[in-house]
Amino acid sequence: MAGPGGGSSDVQWCFSQVKGAMDDDVAEADIISTVEFNHSGELLATGDKGGRVVIFQQEPESKNQPQCRGEYNVYSTFQSHEPEFDYLKSLEIEEKINKIRWLPQKNAAQFLLSTNDKTIKLWKISERDKRPEGYNLKEEDGRYRDPNTVTTLRVPVFRPMDLMVEASPRRVFANAHTYHINSISVNSDHETYLSADDLRVNLWHLEITDRSFNIVDIKPANMEELTEVITAAEFHPHQCNTFVYSSSKGTIRLCDMRASALCDVHAKLFEEPEDPNNRSFFSEIISSISDVKFSHSGRYMMTRDYLSVKIWDLHMETQPVETYQVHEYLRSKLCSLYENDCIFDKFECCWNGNDSVVMTGSYNNFFRMFDRGYRHDVTFEASRENSKPRSVLKPRKVSTGGKRKKDEISVDSLDFSKKILHTAWHPLDNIIAVATTNNLYIFQDKVN
Amino acid sequence: MNATTAMEVNIEAKRILAVSISKLYASRTQRGGLRLHRSLLLSLVMRSARDIYHSSRECEAPSCAQSAPEEPMETSSSPEEPIRQPEPEPQQATAGSETASDPEEPGSEAEEYDCEITEDKENMSPERQSRKRRGKASAAPDFLPSKRARLEPGEERHAAPLGSCRAGAGDSLTTLSLNRVIPAF
Repeated sequence: MAGPGGGSSDVQWCFSQVKGAMDDDVAEADIISTVEFNHSGELLATGDKGGRVVIFQQEPESKNQPQCRGEYNVYSTFQSHEPEFDYLKSLEIEEKINKIRWLPQKNAAQFLLSTNDKTIKLWKISERDKRPEGYNLKEEDGRYRDPNTVTTLRVPVFRPMDLMVEASPRRVFANAHTYHINSISVNSDHETYLSADDLRVNLWHLEITDRSFNIVDIKPANMEELTEVITAAEFHPHQCNTFVYSSSKGTIRLCDMRASALCDVHAKLFEEPEDPNNRSFFSEIISSISDVKFSHSGRYMMTRDYLSVKIWDLHMETQPVETYQVHEYLRSKLCSLYENDCIFDKFECCWNGNDSVVMTGSYNNFFRMFDRGYRHDVTFEASRENSKPRSVLKPRKVSTGGKRKKDEISVDSLDFSKKILHTAWHPLDNIIAVATTNNLYIFQDKVN
Repeated sequence: MNATTAMEVNIEAKRILAVSISKLYASRTQRGGLRLHRSLLLSLVMRSARDIYHSSRECEAPSCAQSAPEEPMETSSSPEEPIRQPEPEPQQATAGSETASDPEEPGSEAEEYDCEITEDKENMSPERQSRKRRGKASAAPDFLPSKRARLEPGEERHAAPLGSCRAGAGDSLTTLSLNRVIPAF
């Protein structure tokens, strides 16, 4: 069955792998909170609520099966953040990893930024596959020999060893955020990055940890006048002076750092007027933008609010150029979704490598893809039942009308505890990583 | 709007208010501290629910219009209490006194809260403890959303002591003082 992907409608998505514990009892620390491919797609990082980062590496394509893309296997696991306690405010700081962003690779080592609510860390992940051996100053166990027994000089040589992947924190960027960090974004200059919390956006230099520049501050002089918060921010992929930030009111502001040091005044304001017919108690909540992502081309940006995905042309501020309904059938259920807290869920969205397809998650472990060219959309489910290797994913459908067709699922049967908030698309290939609560599913297109 | 629909809306609004208040309370004890974004959204819903609640009540009983102004003052001030509790007292007094002045703009939800705050001064609990020193007194009137959002630099909310007593803490949920549930927390 055809599905969107790569601009053609011939893509068939197949199950490839699933990572994580298979039992139904989910430990809270294992809940995946972020997923990100690196720039080559060879590495896939996940962060979880327990503050750990797990990096998977794609195996090189095997010669036996040249058509089959390599599998992702664990490459490195490390504890990025620990829970902290702010004694001054009597507050616990969660160790949950909110975002991971990879730096473009400059040498043999890999670097990534990971952040929790308050602190950003730069991690270096490097391989060690040789070790020096042949010291004649030391015994086997490492103790130094009595110098009187040493009669020759021998230079140690490097010998191969089993591959060891080490992760070490190279920088810690702390104490710059009063509110909770929701985004980090590496600049195209590869030297600076931004971090955003509810009210402020800060600019950092990767080498400097004791200082950051505040570039956006929407904190009102009087907090009682607060009406909106920053929900996400991202640098433009090519223009190092440009970034956007989205708000809880459904607006996106594009800022140019060349205009002034403090970018409180936007260069562009993207806002779609609200449809008065859709007004409800919860209109404000569902218009809050949970994610904003530039297209790879830099020409468009995508925003995700509770019910839809919108594509904006940077040249047109008045309305999005495309709007895709993710789960419009939930509009009549907003009250229950408010009661069970689902209405506050922050879904992310992502582009495929050539910007022809966008993807986002939904409930019941469903995720949706929208093909922009073919105006084609499809719903898939990440579940154990569809987990046979290379089994083709079957499109799912939610029945909205009175009659439920066979194979359709009714809105009331949807499991709202199974939500897909985080998805990632390989930058070059049709490989996607979809995070359910505590499992990571990897799907690939069927290669024939 | 006929009486039945008004009543349904009223009940719905009341229910949403109750749900919102319990969420608000629960969020104060969650790990990681109060989330500004969530609190803001909760307050927006509460505000809408409150407005609809009051407008539907007015629809129901136009003759009660006179007593209505009293109630908004109490009901709106109560939800703000839990949020205010961790905050220092001196601010409240000044804030409360300044609220009455704003002229109402239709649809300006912010201002609606203003006149409701005036009552609050009397109701402010002297027991509220705060270890934080506040800066300047807040210039603008209080209203529910801002209370929630009211964080000074470097400050975050923490669970307030439950000991603060408010007048009328004995009111039951079924009475108009739905929002007095908060002081009981």
